[in-house]
Amino acid sequence: MTVHLSDLRPGDGATIVAIDRSGVDPANARQLHEMGFDEGVDVRLLHRAPFGGDPVMLRVGNMGVALRRSLAAMVVVEPMAGRRAA
Amino acid sequence: MNAPARIEVARDPPPTTAAVVALVGNPNAGKTSLFNALTGSRQKVGNYPGVTVERKFGRLALPDGRSVRLIDLPGCYSLTPRSPDEAVTRDVVAGDQAGEPRPDAIVAVIDATNLRNHLRFVLELRRLGLPMVVALNMIDLATRDGTTIDVARLSGILGLPVVETVAVRRRGLVEIGAAVANLLAVIPAKAGTHLARPEAMGPRVRGDDGREGSADLVLLQREARAIAAAVTTQRGEAKAWSARLDAVVLHPVAGPIILAGLLFLMFQAVFAWAKVPMDALAAAVDALGRQVGAVLPAGDFRSLVVDGVLHGVGSVVVFLPQILILFFFIICLEQSGYMTRAAFLMDRLMARVGLNGRAFIPLISSFACAVPGIMAARTIAEPRDRLTTILIAPLMTCSARLPVYAVIIAAFIPDRPVAGLVGLQGLVLFALYVAGVLGALAAAWVLRQTVTKGPTPTFLMEMPKYQWPAARDVGIGLYQKAWAFLARAGGIILVSTVALWALATWPKPPPHPTRPAIDYSVAGHIGATLEPLFAPIGFNQEISLALVPGMAAREVAVSALGTVYSLDADADHPQGLVARLHGAWSLPTALAFLAWYVFAPQCLSTLAVTRRETGGWKWPGFMFAYLFAMAYAGAGATYWLARALL
Repeated sequence: MTVHLSDLRPGDGATIVAIDRSGVDPANARQLHEMGFDEGVDVRLLHRAPFGGDPVMLRVGNMGVALRRSLAAMVVVEPMAGRRAA
Repeated sequence: MNAPARIEVARDPPPTTAAVVALVGNPNAGKTSLFNALTGSRQKVGNYPGVTVERKFGRLALPDGRSVRLIDLPGCYSLTPRSPDEAVTRDVVAGDQAGEPRPDAIVAVIDATNLRNHLRFVLELRRLGLPMVVALNMIDLATRDGTTIDVARLSGILGLPVVETVAVRRRGLVEIGAAVANLLAVIPAKAGTHLARPEAMGPRVRGDDGREGSADLVLLQREARAIAAAVTTQRGEAKAWSARLDAVVLHPVAGPIILAGLLFLMFQAVFAWAKVPMDALAAAVDALGRQVGAVLPAGDFRSLVVDGVLHGVGSVVVFLPQILILFFFIICLEQSGYMTRAAFLMDRLMARVGLNGRAFIPLISSFACAVPGIMAARTIAEPRDRLTTILIAPLMTCSARLPVYAVIIAAFIPDRPVAGLVGLQGLVLFALYVAGVLGALAAAWVLRQTVTKGPTPTFLMEMPKYQWPAARDVGIGLYQKAWAFLARAGGIILVSTVALWALATWPKPPPHPTRPAIDYSVAGHIGATLEPLFAPIGFNQEISLALVPGMAAREVAVSALGTVYSLDADADHPQGLVARLHGAWSLPTALAFLAWYVFAPQCLSTLAVTRRETGGWKWPGFMFAYLFAMAYAGAGATYWLARALL
């Protein structure tokens, strides 16, 4: 079962299955890769910003990355079994 | 602290035959710490010609007795630039940067705790074919996290020398020097070497790349992940104190409260901590004035030295402690990694006015000075977003406005506690800062609806691990700021105060003047001419006069008032500027003056840097006009409201 990265809740871990590059500005797609996003990489959603939960902060590999939910929605992930508090 | 760094403003780099070595790496790899540790007191700071990207270079002594010129390049994630500062890094390593020779060798700085991302950039740099050594920095943090890195194997796979370093603890510095010496020993003569151009690796400008640029990036990314996996052994769980800190700092309720508290503490400290050193400095300036006054014969020369130079420049120099405290906070917030958290917390609010959280960092820097703030906006990739940030940066209360606020507050706002906790003066200062921020947000919103209309860019940003700011790096940073401030005081402020003194001294009044002497001078006439323009907003002739040099640099308004009122003073009853203003201005006038400076049309340096960053006079002209209108309206409204209510 896959979901969008933007659907994860704080503490949820997942593995990136696909990045919908057609929905992303090419420059943003590049930047996602520079920040370590790629198919097969493990991510964990750590925090949501105050005032509406947007943007979100993630751990991508060993790197902390913040991005808006609209961009996170372009990343398809497979949630890991079991949750762990961030 | 070590011996203070000797900082000079770079003109052109000195002609040199020494080899050039560039320090390159991702942001947050600890590059600047390594640069500070390697070059110590032998560094210079300036800008690249044509672009206001900070240029730092220094001398690195090699173990074999030679020395090389080390240049610190802006951190970037790849050689495909998305913003002007990243473009500089690419241009320098490609040998395309005017005024900078192509480096003879590269020191690639990587974070040992984030190997797979930083190795990707190393792989990209390796394709340039320049001699290169990899500084595996922050190796102590990797060890603490239970990560073991097989350095020999990493070196073998990359085909590059790899040196373990801990820049903040000065570990591995000798080894870096030795590795650089080795690289330079085997380099053939500079001419005739065939080096790869970055074009071989991807498009020069991001945005026109389409898929292929990304595809190449993805291949490197995967190769880097494979290498990282091959050389790393993880034992146990990483210590998560950074994550635990984030749980508090980014908490939906506690986070914004902590941010507001930190900003409030910063402004309270600027006033409270600086008091003792400022009083001491002011006393020293006064004592010097009396000494000089006693030595020099009465006349124009004594007036120039005492009224012009000492009172003028002195009234600005006394604010050095406040400016250093402000920069101390900003440098610590930046180096600790908190600034990116602030950007994260603020993104939602910034999005409401059409900006993104990344713009928060240049805006916070603008609290110190709009010039570095406007330069910091170069990290914003989207042009309209960057332009909006540049245009509103002068509305953030810069440290040059502190002298103005401080004098007026000291003269007109009683020094008493409110609710037994905070001082009223500090509270008024905080309110002025808040007014600036709200003005900036309002201006951004209007600009994004009109002149910089366009799609709202997204927000995507690394959140680095927290780090304890290194005393050495904070010290070097503060020393650079102090030097820049004093250079300004000795340059533009000295020149404009002396010019104003001259204008305020000649022509001399007739033998039996019926009005103050200054009324007869050129400055008096300028003030009288401008007065009708400013009278509706409550400004008198002296203020109208002080506003003119105040355009050169905001703090000059204070030295100008210092000069005007010092010349105006009864020679037998010299009074401090604060006391004189208290007698000369009404409270509504003082409040209107504060309101004027909340929106004050900015200084010449700000306009000049805006011209350079936007490539023409159109935007600085626009900036001047809209800020003038805001300042006039703000001061006028304050004046008439205060008159009606007080």
